[in-house]
Amino acid sequence: MLPFLKYEFLQNAFLTGIMVGLLAPVLGVFIVVRRQALIADALSHITLAGIAANLLLGKWFAVFAGANPVYMGMAFSVGGAVFIEQLRKVYKHYEELAIPIIMSAGIGLSVIFISMADGFNTDLFNYLFGSIIAVKQSDVWTVFAILVVVLAFVFLMYKELFVLSFDEEQGKLSGIRSNWILIAFMAITALVIAASMKIVGILLVSSLMTLPVAASIRIATGFKQTIWLSVLFGETAVIAGMFLSYYLDLASGGTIVVCLIIILSLSIFYKKLMGSRKAG
Amino acid sequence: MEKKINNPAILVDDLSFHYGEKNVLEHVTMEVKQGSFLGLVGPNGSGKSTLIKCILGLLKPQQGSVSLFGEKVQKFQKWEKVGYVSQKANSFNTAFPATAFEVVSMGLFGKVGLFRFLKSSDKEKVWNALKAVNMEDFANRNIGELSGGQQQRIFIARALVSDPELLILDEPTVGVDIESSESFYKMLKNLHRENKMTLVLVTHDVGVMTNYVTDVACLNKQIHFHGNTKEFEESSSENMSAFYGHHVHVIHHDHDHE
Repeated sequence: MLPFLKYEFLQNAFLTGIMVGLLAPVLGVFIVVRRQALIADALSHITLAGIAANLLLGKWFAVFAGANPVYMGMAFSVGGAVFIEQLRKVYKHYEELAIPIIMSAGIGLSVIFISMADGFNTDLFNYLFGSIIAVKQSDVWTVFAILVVVLAFVFLMYKELFVLSFDEEQGKLSGIRSNWILIAFMAITALVIAASMKIVGILLVSSLMTLPVAASIRIATGFKQTIWLSVLFGETAVIAGMFLSYYLDLASGGTIVVCLIIILSLSIFYKKLMGSRKAG
Repeated sequence: MEKKINNPAILVDDLSFHYGEKNVLEHVTMEVKQGSFLGLVGPNGSGKSTLIKCILGLLKPQQGSVSLFGEKVQKFQKWEKVGYVSQKANSFNTAFPATAFEVVSMGLFGKVGLFRFLKSSDKEKVWNALKAVNMEDFANRNIGELSGGQQQRIFIARALVSDPELLILDEPTVGVDIESSESFYKMLKNLHRENKMTLVLVTHDVGVMTNYVTDVACLNKQIHFHGNTKEFEESSSENMSAFYGHHVHVIHHDHDHE
């Protein structure tokens, strides 16, 4: 076995990382093509509010002190996701307004909860920027459960998600009940964000959903290939990022994002190279 | 059964629609018989697209009703009988990473149903639809790499793939170069004749249209004319100038007549 994996906490982090590296880009493809890349950001900030709320409640009630704050984060995130879909309907002509509304609500609440809980601690720092040391056994199982739910959803609803992403009008015409599918999709996105944050951190979660897709969309042919390449890029960045983070003693979220940026630059460069070859 | 066949493909009854204060459609009544080819004309902002969206149940009119094949649109279930090609420019993201084949296959999703996947016979249908619009060589190209005219053909193929009885096209030649729009009209004529498809073509290209359609409806908030092509041509010069507010020459392209 790799020396890297001899500690249990590293095995936990590694397993979680691999699952997240699959989940985040898969959902990211649908989010990016719907031009909602910022939704992941809004949801991650509302997740932070949930985590801060849990820390605060933990000071008051022993029940919450023992609970994994990820669950409260998920509850907030799913609530925020449903709320975004509703806001999109209220502001029909300014759909993107839903994102800053939820994002600022998330940060506002977080700051209040954090200050009431007497400030910042290492725990919170880990949630913000990701820390592979902080991944617990229970996190692995939670993420695994999310993996099963999300993959089943995407597999079974692939057609519907594909049509709704491409053009919602056509989807409605094919008799697809778009409303509940979109809400379920948002809820699932919220779950994945909560699952990813231990590895990449709340502030960087959206990068794991959008950057692999940004790279893959440059070079892929067709929708399925876009998904596969996004997963490949996501996994590569997560695995490489975790190794580097361990050996160089860096925050895992940051190293993963830097790996993603490198992959993205390579794909843009590759496309340029191919383009000039075709032209020449 | 007999009764069903006689039902009009589309029946619009006293339909009015407004966005806030602005009246877009006023008391529109219109019938499209099965097997006919209707050209729906009107100047920009005359409410053509709004009427089409009401017909498809995408917008709810404040007054009046729409029936498709004898059934109220709110209750209509057999959407695979209806193909729709929208105005390309404002309805689709040209950078979307899907191949032409994938886009066309979307037209089958309503028929295939929830939790099910495309079978090989479905894939056959996709190929046939691509062949019908002469685009089979481009099946594995990303939709964004194709020209405007080619993209429009792909959208027609998507509408055709479920083998609809009614095909509605909303200004399909906007943004398409003339040469491909000529062959495009011929393709429509062919669908109408060979496949006995009911067609509704929304256009402001009055001249070309009259060579292909069997019926014409002129819309500008209200229906100003509704009849067959012959009647339209007889009355057109007076009608049209009043309608568009200036004199309109209806140009005939006789070389298109066989």
